[in-house]
Amino acid sequence: MTQSFRLENVGLINRKNKISFKFNGKTYYGFEGDTLASALLANGVHLIGRSFKYHRPRGFFGAGVDEPYAIVQLYRNGETEPNVKATEQELFEGLEATSVNCWPSVNFDIGAINNFLKIFLPAGFYYKTFMWPKSFWYKVYEPFIRKAAGLGVASIKHDKERYEHKYEYCDLLIAGSGPSGLASAYAAAKNGARVILAEDKARFGGTLLTSEVNIGNKSGKEWADGVISELKEMPNVTVKNRSQVFGYYDHNMLVMSERISDHLSKTKKFHPKQRLWYIRAKEVLISSGSIERPIVFGNNDTPGVMLSSAAKEYLKVYGVLVGKNPLIFTNNDSGYETAIEFKKNGINPAILDSRKDPHSEIIEEAKNLKIDIKFSYVVVAAKGYKKVKSADIAKISDNKEQLGKIENIKCDCICVSGFWTPTIHLASQSGNKTKFNEDIDAFVPGTSKQKEKTLGAANGVYNLDETLKSSFEAGHELSKKITNNDNKVSFPNVVEKKSTSHDKFWCVPLPDGKNYKRFLDFQNDVAVSDVEIALKEGYRSIEHVKRYTTLGMATDQGKTSNLNGLQLVSKIENKVVPNVGHTTFRPPYTPVSIGAIVGREVGKHSKPTRKSPMHLWHKKNNAVFIDAGVWLRPRYYKQGDENLFEGSKREAKNVRTNVGVCDVTTLGKIDIKGPDAAELLNRVYTNAWLKLPVGKARYGVMLREDGIVMDDGTTTRISENHYHMTTTTAQAANVLSHLEYYLQLVWPELNVNVVSTTEQWAGAAIAGPKSRELLQKLFPNFDVSNEGLPFMGYIEGDLFGVKARIFRISFSGELAYEVNVESDNGNFMWEKIIEVGQEFKIQPYGTEALSVLRIEMGHVAGSELDGRTIPYDNSLEGLLSKKKDFIGKRSLTRKAFTAEDRQKVVGVVPLDKKTSIPEGSHLVKDSNAPLPNPKLGYISASCWSVEHDNPFSLAILKDGKNMIGKKLFVMSPLKNKIIPVEIVSSHYVDPKGERVRS
Amino acid sequence: MLHIKCPHCGMRSQNEFSYGGDATIKRPELGKEISDQDWDNFVYNRKSLKGKHWELWQHISGCRQWIKVERDTATHEIFNTLKATEDIS
Repeated sequence: MTQSFRLENVGLINRKNKISFKFNGKTYYGFEGDTLASALLANGVHLIGRSFKYHRPRGFFGAGVDEPYAIVQLYRNGETEPNVKATEQELFEGLEATSVNCWPSVNFDIGAINNFLKIFLPAGFYYKTFMWPKSFWYKVYEPFIRKAAGLGVASIKHDKERYEHKYEYCDLLIAGSGPSGLASAYAAAKNGARVILAEDKARFGGTLLTSEVNIGNKSGKEWADGVISELKEMPNVTVKNRSQVFGYYDHNMLVMSERISDHLSKTKKFHPKQRLWYIRAKEVLISSGSIERPIVFGNNDTPGVMLSSAAKEYLKVYGVLVGKNPLIFTNNDSGYETAIEFKKNGINPAILDSRKDPHSEIIEEAKNLKIDIKFSYVVVAAKGYKKVKSADIAKISDNKEQLGKIENIKCDCICVSGFWTPTIHLASQSGNKTKFNEDIDAFVPGTSKQKEKTLGAANGVYNLDETLKSSFEAGHELSKKITNNDNKVSFPNVVEKKSTSHDKFWCVPLPDGKNYKRFLDFQNDVAVSDVEIALKEGYRSIEHVKRYTTLGMATDQGKTSNLNGLQLVSKIENKVVPNVGHTTFRPPYTPVSIGAIVGREVGKHSKPTRKSPMHLWHKKNNAVFIDAGVWLRPRYYKQGDENLFEGSKREAKNVRTNVGVCDVTTLGKIDIKGPDAAELLNRVYTNAWLKLPVGKARYGVMLREDGIVMDDGTTTRISENHYHMTTTTAQAANVLSHLEYYLQLVWPELNVNVVSTTEQWAGAAIAGPKSRELLQKLFPNFDVSNEGLPFMGYIEGDLFGVKARIFRISFSGELAYEVNVESDNGNFMWEKIIEVGQEFKIQPYGTEALSVLRIEMGHVAGSELDGRTIPYDNSLEGLLSKKKDFIGKRSLTRKAFTAEDRQKVVGVVPLDKKTSIPEGSHLVKDSNAPLPNPKLGYISASCWSVEHDNPFSLAILKDGKNMIGKKLFVMSPLKNKIIPVEIVSSHYVDPKGERVRS
Repeated sequence: MLHIKCPHCGMRSQNEFSYGGDATIKRPELGKEISDQDWDNFVYNRKSLKGKHWELWQHISGCRQWIKVERDTATHEIFNTLKATEDIS
C-alpha cells in the first residue's frame, strides 16, 4: 500500500525511517514521528471503527486528546491494551491495532442494524427498555448490555510492564507547551524558579507547530525549538513531553502521567512503561490551550468530517492530506488557515462561511489565493456512508433559521470549525469558579481558589501577541514572588495575521422533510433529537440531561460535545448558557491506565510483608502460611498429606498432652517507661495496676470511650518504672496511637514515654504439661519451679548465652511460658527450643491450633472483641475495677449495656456431637419460624475440640447468662445448614483454670 | 492530597498523617460525676461544620505527635497548625 495521501517535503516526520505496522491485519507503512492516525490517513484509511450505539462507521475527528472516534485495541510486545486513541498513539515498528465495537469486521458490521433501528433507541433507551419483565434482567438484558458495552477488551493476563510513581516539588508547574507555556516557563526559569514544563504530545510547541506566525524573526516552530533546547539545558528546569497533567487536587497537588515507553516497540530494560508524577507546585500555570468546536449538521459523524484544526495539523506536522477535495465549513477565521494550507500544497479547497460579510487579513489572503468562498453558506448534511462523498449545502438566512435551495457539491472531506473551547478542566478541578465569556461563547476560568493561573487560549485569548506578553509577565511575576529575583527576559517581536470575530452559530437547522441525525456527542452517539426528548420528558438540570442521554459521558468526556450540548439546552429552555451551567469537570482529564495508578504496588508489593526472625525455619519445616494483618504466620506445619484440619488437630492435641511451641513474635509490644507509667496503665486498663509488683505480669482489658472493648493483653512490670505491654497482632498500631493520644493531649502532666518494640523482640510461646520440664532444661541455672516462677510471674534468664525474658503467661489454657529474646537471636532461640524439646515430643504449632486451644478454653480473641462488644459480653466484667475510673467506664452505665438480657459469650455444642458449625451462623429458637426469624445471637468462632473430640463453638448470645443448658438451632442459610445445638459454658476445658497454675 | 504543616517537622503530605476528629472536645476529668447528656456529648455528639474546624491529626509516619489543625472542611484550606500542648486561641 502506498502512502498516497502523504505530501513530499512537508511535515516534521522522519522520512528516513520507514515503519511498518498492521491495522485490522493489513500491513501499512508510515514514518517515524507519525501517530497511528496520521499513518492511516497517509494511506487513505478513514474507516477506523463503529460507533457505540448505532454502529455507524467511524473515522478520525481530531488529532489529539479530544479524539472521540478513533479508539483502537492496541497490540504491543505480546500485550494488548484497549481504549487507545489512534491520534495519540505514536507509530513504532511492528505496531498492531484493531477496530473495536464491530463484528465480524469494521467493513461489514452486524451491529449496524442499530442504525436502522435508531428510532427505537432514543435517549434513556436502556432505562426504558430493560425494566421488565424482571426475570429478564439477569439472563437476557445484563449479558446483552455487557456485550454491547465498552470499547475494546481489557487483557486478563498479568501485566508484565513496570509502572512507577514519583513525588516531585517545584516552584512552578506549567501544563502545556504552546506559546503561553513556553513563554511563561522561559521567563520563570530565567528568573531562577524551579520549573516543570509538561507537554502531552511528543512534540513541544502546541499551536506554534501549525500556525503561520513569526516570533523574534523566526517561525513559530523555530522559536519554540529554541526555547525548549535552552530550557532543557537549565538545571532548574524539568521539561517533559508525552506527559499529561490530568488531575488538580488539593493544596496544589497535581498528578501527571508520563508515557515513557508507549511509543517504543518494547520497553527498554530497567525502564518503566509509564510513570505517575505527584507534583506539589507552589504555583501552577495552566496553558492547556483550546479545542476546536464542531458545528452540528446532518450526518456530521460520517468519516471524513473532522475538525479543521486537525486537518491542518495532519498536513503541517505529518505531511498528510485528509482529503484531496476538501470542503471547509467554518463560522470563524480558523477555517481559512486550513484552507490556505491546502491551497499552498496544490489542493483546491472550498470554504463555506456561515458569516455574511466578514473582513480580515486572513480572509483577504484566501481571496487573493483564489480560494472558492461562499458566505452565508452552510453544510446541511454530509453524504456518503463509510466516507464523505459529497455535501448538501445551502444558503442560510441572516437569522440562521431558513435554508435556501439545497445544492450538492462533491468533496472527500469536510473540515469543520465552530470556533474554540478553552480547555479549562484543570482550572475547574482546582476549584476555580468558571465564568462564561460571551465573546468566545465558552467558559473560561474565573476566580482562583488555589495558586493557579490560566494563560493564553485556555483563558480565551486567541491573539499571539497578547498571549506571549501576558505569559512572559506571569512567568516573571510568579517566579519573582518565589525567588525574589528580578531578571527579565526581553520580549520578542510578534508578527501574526489579525482575525475578525466569529459567528455565534453552532447548529444547522434541518431542511423541510429531512430527519438527519445531527450528532452532539460523537463517542456516545448522542444526537440533537436525544437531548430534545430528554428535555421534553422533564429533565432540566444539565447534570440530569447528561446522565439520561449520556452526553459527554464517554471516554473523551465530551471534549468536543459539551458546549454544543449546552447551547442546545439553553436554546430549548430559552435560557442563556451561563444559566444552564456546565457539568462538573473531574479528574482525570484523559484516561489513565490502571497500571500507572497502581504503580509498583502490585501483587506481593501491594502491602508490606512482615516476617518473624524464625520465618525461614517455618518455611523449611513445611509451614503453610496465612496473612495475619501484614504478617505472615504459620497456620500449621504440614506433615505428609494431612490437611489443615488434621494438621491443626494434631498440633493442638500435642499441646494438650506434651508440649508445643508457637511463634508469637507478631504480638504488638510497647515499652513503657517513666515514673507515672503505673498511673497510665491504671487509667487505660479497666483493672487495677498501681500495686503490681516488679517481676509480675497482669492481664488487662482496654476500652474505647464508648465502652466497647478495644484490646486485651498482658503487661509486665520489668522494673520500678519500666513496663512491657503486649497487644493483639491486629491492634498493635491502634493501641500505640491510643496511648499517645492520652499522653500528649489529655494527660500531658504524666511523665511517661511509650515506644513500639514489636520488631525488637522475637517471641516463642511454650505450652503444654511438659513445658516446665523443657524450660528447666533451657534455663538450667534458673529456678522455674511453680514457686520460683509462679503463674503470671516474670524472670530474666540466660538462654545458652543469650539474654531472655521469660513470662509465665498462657493463651492456650495449658501450663505455658513465653520466651522473648532480641530479634537477632530469635532463630537461635527457636532452634534451641526445638532441639531441647525433642525428648518431650515438642511440636511447633500454628495459628489454627492456637485458635482451637483458645476457643475450647473460652478465651476471647479478635472474633469476640470485634468492636461491638463490651466487657460483660465477653465475660470480662470481673476485670472492671469498682474503685477507680478508667477510659470508657462511664459508658458502661448506658441502658443497653446494663440490660438484664444483655448478650454474653457462651459455648455451643451440636446435639449430634458431629456436625461442624459454620462461623457467622445465627442462633434461633425455632428453625421453622417465619422469616425474618428472630436472631438470638451469632457464632463467633468454631473449632473441633481436641479435648472432647467433638465440634465446639463460641457464640455471642442474647441473655447468654441464663441460656446455659438450653437447646437452640444454628442456622446458616449460606451453607444451607440447620443444626440443633446445646448452649454450654464458654469454658469447655478446665473451667476452673487449674492447668495454668499447675 | 492535603499538605499539612507539622509544627515539629514542617510541611508534609497528608498520607503521613491520620485523622483524629474535633480538637475542641475536652475529655471530662476522670473520676468526676457527669450527666448522661454531657457524657453523650463528649463521646458521640459532634457538629458537622461547614467551614473552619479545629481538628486533631497524628503525624503517624513522622514524629508521631498529635497536632491541632485549623482546616476549612469545605475548601480544605489550612489556616493554622499547633502542637498538642498549645492552646487554640
